Amino acid sequence: MSVTRRDFIKTNAALAAATAAGVTLPGIDKAAEADDGIRWDKGVCRFCGTGCGVMVGVKDGRVVATQGDPDAPVNKGLNCIKGYFLSKIMYGKDRVTTPLLRMTDGKFDKNGEFTPITWDQAFDIMAEKWKAAIDPEDPKGATRVGMFGSGQWTIWEGYAAAKFMKAGLRSNNIDPNARHCMASAVGAFMRAFGIDEPMGCYDDLEHADAFVLWGANMAEMHPILWSRLTDTRLTKPGCEVHVLSTFENRNFELADNPIVFEPQSDLAILNFIANYIIQTKAYDEDFITKHVNFNKATTDIGYGLRPDHPLEKKAKNPGKGKFHKIGFDEYAKLVSEYTLEKASKMSGVEPEKLLRLAKVYADPNKKVASYWTMGFNQHVRGVWVNGLLYNVHLLMGKIAEPGNSPFSLTGQPSACGTAREVGTFAHRLPADLVVKVKAHRAAAEKIWNIPPGVIPPKPGYHAVLQHRMLKDGKLNAYWVQCTNNMQAAPNMNEEGYPGYRNPANFIVVSDPYPTGTAVSADLILPTAMWMEKEGAYGNAERRTQFWRQQVDPPGEAKSDFWQVIEFSKRFKVEDVWPADVIAKSGHAGKTLYEVLFANGQVDKYPLTELQEGFNNTESKDLGFYVQKGLYEEYRRFQYEGPKKGHEMAEFEVYHQTRGLRWPVMGGKETLWRYREGYDPHVKAGQGVRFYGKKDGRANIIFAPYEPPAESPDAEYDLWLSTGRILEHWHSGSMTMRVPELYRAFPHAVLYMNPLDAKERGLRRGQAVKVQTRRGEVETRIETRGRNKLPRGMVFFPWFDVNQLVNKLTLDATDPLSKETDFKKCACRVVAA
Amino acid sequence: MSDRSQPMDRRRFLADTARAACGVGVFGLALGLMAGQARSRPAQALRPPGAGPEDDFLGACVRCGLCVRDCPYDTLKLAALGDDVAVGTPYFVAREVPCEMCEDIPCVVACPTGALDPDLEDIDDSRMGLAVLVDEETCLNFQGLRCDVCYRVCPLIDKAITLESEHNVRTGVHAMFIPTVHSDACTGCGKCERGCVLEEAAIRVFPRHLAKGRQGDHYRLGWQEKAKRGESLVPGLVDLPDRLPEFKP
Repeated sequence: MSVTRRDFIKTNAALAAATAAGVTLPGIDKAAEADDGIRWDKGVCRFCGTGCGVMVGVKDGRVVATQGDPDAPVNKGLNCIKGYFLSKIMYGKDRVTTPLLRMTDGKFDKNGEFTPITWDQAFDIMAEKWKAAIDPEDPKGATRVGMFGSGQWTIWEGYAAAKFMKAGLRSNNIDPNARHCMASAVGAFMRAFGIDEPMGCYDDLEHADAFVLWGANMAEMHPILWSRLTDTRLTKPGCEVHVLSTFENRNFELADNPIVFEPQSDLAILNFIANYIIQTKAYDEDFITKHVNFNKATTDIGYGLRPDHPLEKKAKNPGKGKFHKIGFDEYAKLVSEYTLEKASKMSGVEPEKLLRLAKVYADPNKKVASYWTMGFNQHVRGVWVNGLLYNVHLLMGKIAEPGNSPFSLTGQPSACGTAREVGTFAHRLPADLVVKVKAHRAAAEKIWNIPPGVIPPKPGYHAVLQHRMLKDGKLNAYWVQCTNNMQAAPNMNEEGYPGYRNPANFIVVSDPYPTGTAVSADLILPTAMWMEKEGAYGNAERRTQFWRQQVDPPGEAKSDFWQVIEFSKRFKVEDVWPADVIAKSGHAGKTLYEVLFANGQVDKYPLTELQEGFNNTESKDLGFYVQKGLYEEYRRFQYEGPKKGHEMAEFEVYHQTRGLRWPVMGGKETLWRYREGYDPHVKAGQGVRFYGKKDGRANIIFAPYEPPAESPDAEYDLWLSTGRILEHWHSGSMTMRVPELYRAFPHAVLYMNPLDAKERGLRRGQAVKVQTRRGEVETRIETRGRNKLPRGMVFFPWFDVNQLVNKLTLDATDPLSKETDFKKCACRVVAA
Repeated sequence: MSDRSQPMDRRRFLADTARAACGVGVFGLALGLMAGQARSRPAQALRPPGAGPEDDFLGACVRCGLCVRDCPYDTLKLAALGDDVAVGTPYFVAREVPCEMCEDIPCVVACPTGALDPDLEDIDDSRMGLAVLVDEETCLNFQGLRCDVCYRVCPLIDKAITLESEHNVRTGVHAMFIPTVHSDACTGCGKCERGCVLEEAAIRVFPRHLAKGRQGDHYRLGWQEKAKRGESLVPGLVDLPDRLPEFKP
């Protein structure tokens, strides 16, 4: 090493001072080159929402090694087995390196063979198809074009795409894959607190006295956070772990109170806990008097299916999210129905276990951290069930302080930082603004310097609706970036695939690899990934982390935002905006590129500001430091927008730190929000203030138990739940290309209770067909191993492209969040 | 860093040594090799479920190959001339294709001679070998990382392999999950060795006689004996109170 310990300490001290003062010291983090010729620089893991800091080693233009960053606060040098193989994810043998269009005899043909073309040809045909689908005078905006994005987009990629769609094409039909993942969590955050994302942070893993896991298999899905939780359980006297799931997963190994409950009955269990707290008068009266409003939700809200589905016709208030203010007494009366006996009966859980769980929450001297992921979010009552947990924490005042923490974990590396924060959802704008509020649109239009009336007020098509609209021929020009949605979205047979292959539609997929989604498209765009571009991710604890471009992408591959920005050059405002809007704008005759990107803001920072020694493909192509320009324009929303609380630091600061948790103000991070002393937005003397709501109060919202959309019956007699495993990430497009990870878990299997198998005359390892009303998939049975299923339920991981689990799933969603319930439908299993 | 200078594989080393030793014989290398193989008991030859001690197995196995034919996963192979296993006998290499532990144990059913014990009815009772975490220096979990692939692929997870958690002193906030093999449950199926993500597996399956130590009978572990008995081995012993300074508020 060329840096001595003394230098290191000096550098750190200088950096600490500089960061606190908001000053930047160019070159201070100039990457160190080790003796073996490997250049090491700071990066972030590409996989889950934990956000482990890594160091990336480059030699001869190739990432040759990585290491966990020993000083990264999240992981202190550790990684899980996916992170261990980061250096191999970009080098699968089948990288797409040139645009590929389905062609016959040199012309586009929906049923033709994929044929290499140039970027120019690719943008030509895209522009032709997009313009054919856009009527600039349509008062509803461009409803026939759409985009599907990602919680794996970098911050500026999501921002550029959202801006292009909403401010450029006048279309809110952009949605991220986070719709499948975090939308229910978002819905509940907004309803309860008015601001998205957790109030606590990972430090709660050390501060809490008790942990409760609600449908989060942290042991496999957030391996490094799990090792922190385990350490606290090991080292803190009296610490206990409660685990709730619909089957025994790896968390149960650590569980002091293991609870396997009947699917959907978490709604009843949570209301029982609230009832117990009230019956025993354990609630924090001072806290609820000062900081909480009581409400009840509209009920019988349907299942987010197509409107002509019998379940939707039967529902009294399909899709209604309105809630009504009530008093404490009425709330107490509503939850009083959920007695211990009732909750136990509905959930199938022994009363003693439920009581033990309730007592942990009700104990004023025990700090409780609750964690959840897809068990809560992928739930036909996902927003409700998230909210019911907030009810429990709010009743006790166990919130927004060290150790007392209801914490929504994220599954993607930038589900928070990108998908949620920069406005890539069909109903959102950057920094928690929404399209349907006029003042929010006006704020966005002002910052973006576009005329009033460009952004359509109606939310666009969400993920599941996009597939339905493609199938119905109402969405005709469609672009998917950075996600494998054909494999990931529900009900592929009936909705997804017919939509992509509908002759009325032109489908573009940007991906580094020929995924199932890419090969279902008409045009594949070769895409730079991870360290092939300068990027930024925001993890689950509000930590924003940057990295520099370490290597060049292969062949013609370009990053997602390069593609969006280049495509914007193909449109004049006259192609997309109504004449009267243009007349008011002063933008007549300009391209969307000039209006959106070469607008004096995004192109403000010259190439001289780039870090010496590193390439920056997009900036060098465009002639300005595009990442910085996009980021600094986005930051204006945080300071000039109508909502406070999302402030981030200047661009350079993030290149010189290991990530910062927002709001970052006065050179300091925020660890716990809404609490005086920790959060700069809470004034002295206020104690606690939920400032996302006008009156500073959080909402407790009562919601009852309502049944799932589909339950096992005589014909389809088993519950089917889908999910992940530790070795593979999501659809496996990266991890299945790492030989070691492939070998560790090569094919998906169906986890089943041994007695259920025996009853059907099936043996472990036998080939079977899993069938639902929507399709069938062949696999093999596993009656042993990591997941232990209760009678009547099977679990089927979805990473394996050769076993498309989403041929089976139902596209029922939470009608409020529009997030699919991938955890509950009915299936049967027969010998293949 | 990993480079081309791989350390000599233990198996290769032993095989080479065996070959060399045989080659010294008066009948020339080929004959010597055959003779050597007929009685050789190489370090890593893992036998099918139900195979008894190596000498008994070699005596009873008629080299018919029926067990190999009936193995649905192509786990079992017949040793050929030049392999380091007695010619014609069935064996498997865990790192290549491990035993999938079929419920109906077709290899045992196929065996016409009882070389594979026909009384073996529950595959969990088979003892093909024993997994040993041979290299703590390279095992990722010993460094605090979260690999534990060997543990999760174990068909007898939480019985044959458990994760024993320890405080990670270096980071101060993480636990280490130490994979620990239990010989009373491990069948030696080899799924762990197959799954190990390292370039050379840190966990490997050996024939049990190579993998297992044995304590002398002259010493017993007191806490285990007490647990077995359910009380002290000498009940009724008393303890007198200690004299302590009187408590003054």
